[in-house]
Amino acid sequence: MCNQMVVHKASEAEKDLIFHALADATRRDIVGRVIEREQSISSLAQRYAVSFAAVQKQVAVLERASLVHKVRHGREQVVHVNHSTIQRAADLLHTFEVLWEKRMIRIEEILAEDILADEAKGRF
Amino acid sequence: MATISSVKDPVNATLTMVAEFDAPVERVWQVWEDPRQLERWWGPPTWPATFERHRLEVGSDSTYYMTGPEGETSRGWWDITAVDAPRRLEFTDGFAKDDGERDTSIDPIRAVVTFEATATGTRMTTVSRFTDTAHLAQLEEMGMEEGMTLAMGQIEGILAGSSVGSAQSGPRSQPPRV
Repeated sequence: MCNQMVVHKASEAEKDLIFHALADATRRDIVGRVIEREQSISSLAQRYAVSFAAVQKQVAVLERASLVHKVRHGREQVVHVNHSTIQRAADLLHTFEVLWEKRMIRIEEILAEDILADEAKGRF
Repeated sequence: MATISSVKDPVNATLTMVAEFDAPVERVWQVWEDPRQLERWWGPPTWPATFERHRLEVGSDSTYYMTGPEGETSRGWWDITAVDAPRRLEFTDGFAKDDGERDTSIDPIRAVVTFEATATGTRMTTVSRFTDTAHLAQLEEMGMEEGMTLAMGQIEGILAGSSVGSAQSGPRSQPPRV
């Protein structure tokens, strides 16, 4: 029980950081890009036509929210996505995905009744 | 057989669902417009929805409740924010308290539904926007995910192992929303 409470508190603070980190369009875009492929800070800076320092600042915000981490590769700093954090959001979305799939199937069942009714009309 | 596909965008907390139906656009629109048809599919069989008020007109608010397996109810509301029948519908779906007052402690979910004619019927696309990951987590914490999972009879994935104990001592289970 105690453990659960500690975990809960930590995740509350974490959520605030994630919320803040993803509240900015450029930071969301950075996350979107590094999900596809890891990117060096200099290539991100080129992409957004801003300074290396500006991108570094944005990446630092994402790092604090555990959304990404940096790996030094020679002279370059390469930004990698933290799949576990993104996975958490994806897992939560999956619940709604399943919910909607079931709704779509129920809608289809309602629509299928029309065909049965039409057939019945034709027959009698 | 309906073709269903989906796109999850975890960074923007957005879910897009696309379904193709063998029925004309006007007919598919009716399952949203007619409250009697809507309540046949909005809630799962174990949490059926009853819409007390429902009109697809901009500025109109719908009120509904869902009834759980033990007879417990969970109230909700829609605000209709855009209507272009039978092509497009936008609304927000929120929680209400037992007395019907809106629950402002949790953001509503924003939904956009579009209907397009295809060669064989209708392509219906629903886009559900959540505020952020924290909002998704809040919905989960409200016990909704558990309620949804139990209601659908699928205890799997991330909930595996946590459902049994919390069914008795956890928060009141909630039915699914958008």
